[in-house]
Amino acid sequence: MTETKNKAENREPEEQAPKKKWSRRKFLVRGGLGTMGVLALGTFLFRNPIRRAMLGMVDTMEPAYFGQGTEVTLWFEVIETNKVVFHSPKVEMGQGTFTGLAQMIADELDVSIDQIEVKAAETDTGVIDGLSTGGSLSVGGLWQPLRELSATLREMIKNEAASQLGVPVGELNTADGVVSGGGKSKTYAEVAAEVSQWEVPSTPELRPTSQYKHVGKPVPRIDLQPKVFGDPIFGMDAEMPDMLHAAVVRPEHVGAKFKSADTSAAESMPGVVKIVQMEDWVGVVAETFPQALAAKRKIKVEWDVPKTWSEDDIRDMLTVGKGNEMITQMQGSALSPDDDGIIEMEFTSPLGAHAQIEPNGAVASVKDGKATVIISTQVIGITRNQVAEALGFSVEDVNVVPTYLGGGFGRRLSTPHAIRAAVMSRETGKPVKYFFTRKEEFQHDTFRPPTHHVMRGKLNNDGLLEGLEHHYASGDVAINSLLIPGFANSIIGADIGAMRGGNIQYDKVQNHRSVQWHTTLPFATSWWRSLGLLANTFAIESFVDEIAIKAGADPAEFRLAHLSDDGNAGRIKAVINKAVKESGYVDEVKDGRAMGIAASIDSGSPCAHVVEVSIEDNRIKVHKVTCVLDCGLVVNPDQVAAQCEGCIIMGISGSMHEKMTLRDGKLYPTIYGPYDMALIRHAPDEIDVHFVQGADKPLPVGEPPMGPIAAAIGNAVRRLTGNRITDLPMKLA
Amino acid sequence: MVGDSLFLCKPVDRICAMEISFTLNGNQETVEIEDGQTPLLWVIRDVLGLKGTKFGCGKAACGACTILIDGDAVRCCSYAVQFAEGKEITTIEGLGTPDNPHPVQQAWIENVVPQCGYCQPGFMMATAALLEKNPAPTNDDINHNIINICRCGTYCRMRKAIHRAAELCSQDNRVPAEQ
Repeated sequence: MTETKNKAENREPEEQAPKKKWSRRKFLVRGGLGTMGVLALGTFLFRNPIRRAMLGMVDTMEPAYFGQGTEVTLWFEVIETNKVVFHSPKVEMGQGTFTGLAQMIADELDVSIDQIEVKAAETDTGVIDGLSTGGSLSVGGLWQPLRELSATLREMIKNEAASQLGVPVGELNTADGVVSGGGKSKTYAEVAAEVSQWEVPSTPELRPTSQYKHVGKPVPRIDLQPKVFGDPIFGMDAEMPDMLHAAVVRPEHVGAKFKSADTSAAESMPGVVKIVQMEDWVGVVAETFPQALAAKRKIKVEWDVPKTWSEDDIRDMLTVGKGNEMITQMQGSALSPDDDGIIEMEFTSPLGAHAQIEPNGAVASVKDGKATVIISTQVIGITRNQVAEALGFSVEDVNVVPTYLGGGFGRRLSTPHAIRAAVMSRETGKPVKYFFTRKEEFQHDTFRPPTHHVMRGKLNNDGLLEGLEHHYASGDVAINSLLIPGFANSIIGADIGAMRGGNIQYDKVQNHRSVQWHTTLPFATSWWRSLGLLANTFAIESFVDEIAIKAGADPAEFRLAHLSDDGNAGRIKAVINKAVKESGYVDEVKDGRAMGIAASIDSGSPCAHVVEVSIEDNRIKVHKVTCVLDCGLVVNPDQVAAQCEGCIIMGISGSMHEKMTLRDGKLYPTIYGPYDMALIRHAPDEIDVHFVQGADKPLPVGEPPMGPIAAAIGNAVRRLTGNRITDLPMKLA
Repeated sequence: MVGDSLFLCKPVDRICAMEISFTLNGNQETVEIEDGQTPLLWVIRDVLGLKGTKFGCGKAACGACTILIDGDAVRCCSYAVQFAEGKEITTIEGLGTPDNPHPVQQAWIENVVPQCGYCQPGFMMATAALLEKNPAPTNDDINHNIINICRCGTYCRMRKAIHRAAELCSQDNRVPAEQ
């Protein structure tokens, strides 16, 4: 390790180079890692990942891989069964990333999909993701570097095979994990087994995407089998020998601080091994989880509750005009509120929970100055660093072992439970499994913030918008998040997460602006799939629809009239046009049904939805959603469609069902059911997904289709009932 | 057997409350339990070591822990282990294998249903129970009977897969759930 670290330090100048130097980076290969016949291929990544992340997110919105790299990292192993193990810096939380990455590897490495095994990289040996799995950036961010790594590995194997087989490298071909030529052949594993020191060539040219056999095809998910047959692949399923189970007492009141605890009754409960009392929390470790839970109920904690927060307090804080103001978009002049021609409407969205089905938790073992944490996390590097800091260990002494995630959606970007599991393991000397009850999940979520929006617009004499403004108030999304350092907020000013989808996309409106009012609420609000996109698009696209009605225009034509043919505006136009065509969109009520249209652009991926709704038993029924997404090059059409379906259903749930409320200073509901969510009966009869390819590389997929769904439903309901829905979750008047 | 120390009595300092026997995926199992009120879920997961049955909420509200007890879909996070005496229990591990998948699993694979996958065993067990009672469910039947929660939003594919599973069941006359 010492040697590799020195090399890392010597590489400073190149590490600070811009990301385009990816293709010129060099590999370090170290032998003797793992088992016999193992090939280890590592690379240095650039430093200062947060800065690149900020630039990538704010400036270009272009996905990039933000690896953390001052150590040699392990990407691939060729194992004896002639399979290639890829240690992925990104985790699999349902978004299909492992499958997409395997397709990219297969096409440059010349192996079949079933010869690739994808594992989330452990921090001890793997690539450490300096940022997170999130932002819909995994496939797009690894598109260039992972194909380059795969192509380089292929050339390395070919070069070695040439000398082993005595055949000139130019006469060798590679396919399905076999090098052949001159009447001879060897598997990759056979080649790798004979190599002790690899030579790393310069990065080869990548093949044109038109030659790819796997990328672009609906390859079945590579994790289907474990997920259909119930394999123990999740963090909740992890075990270690002699493992104990823990529960931690959490306050019910918002803002409550730990004062003291009486643990005497809990100590004598069956199975209790130890009560762990720290400065600001108390937990119990027992032989079984039910025992830990029963003992936890006997602990009497005194909480300091400085204020009993109410729903009104929150609504009052979250009002346009209150908090920190930041203009996030400005073109032309502002509309004057005194102008008689101004049309103004208000919209709101509620506090929402992540409600992912696998609770947060971790299994930790702290022993002999080393810690191992098995966990469902979206932030492998942050989890490792936080556990190390809490224990007073160096980061090299903490190994984070990421598992498959039972849903992410932004809920696993903060992992304080990893620290607590580790502390309880240290205190008991045994591995400890600690996870949240569902009540804790609901009351201590990092919520989707509630929002308030004021829309203003003015039509000119031609029935077109001459001014359009979006003023919106939101709680934290990016601000106060561990992913974004505090100084960045003061540089950028706005909450870049709350901002998602908040800017006006209609570039032909002469005067348009977007103004954010940011407030930090008394409980944590943070990243939720698509961040501000769902609520912001609901406000903007509902309002534009209402203006179209006032102008007497077809809502699709009205939108197109305010978009130029250039850049992103032209790409939004393209998805609207295709959505109209594929859905047979008409602005009329027919057989008790009506259609609604809306569009948005998120992280460079425009999306339009046309929905068809009716009213059944005084409830809104969504029959069909036609979704058109431009996410650039589509790596796996079936799984991109699955993400569109998932966004649409989560968006229906988030905008028609879900709401958290504050009562007597506590957050409710604390269980599914009362926390109303979409079930199979609420899913549309049909979701019809189409693509427009507006870029030659993969762009974000997992969040952009969330954008237009609430507005499209509201717009259809407006046609059907004459009433405009302005508040989420939707209610019929 | 995995986790044999969990729940099992230590004769020196504990009094054994009960011994409970049932059939799990065709195998006879006997567990010693201090507290008969212990949810069956934790016995299946932590005593018998089968992790395919998931914990989601602990209040029978999400369905992630759905298993078959004497052919009925049961949310076992809220089912006291003492009631399992003499019962026939099937979990996802007993539904089918990669070499011999249950029609529900086959249909799930054909339709590439799972995303994160965490809720899926519960849905597949609920579906297996439904098909046993109703070999050709309509969409309405599905809406009324399949009331688990999937956060990834795989419902449209599930609906297709349920119809496909019904078709597969009728084709091969295989008994929907292992008994």
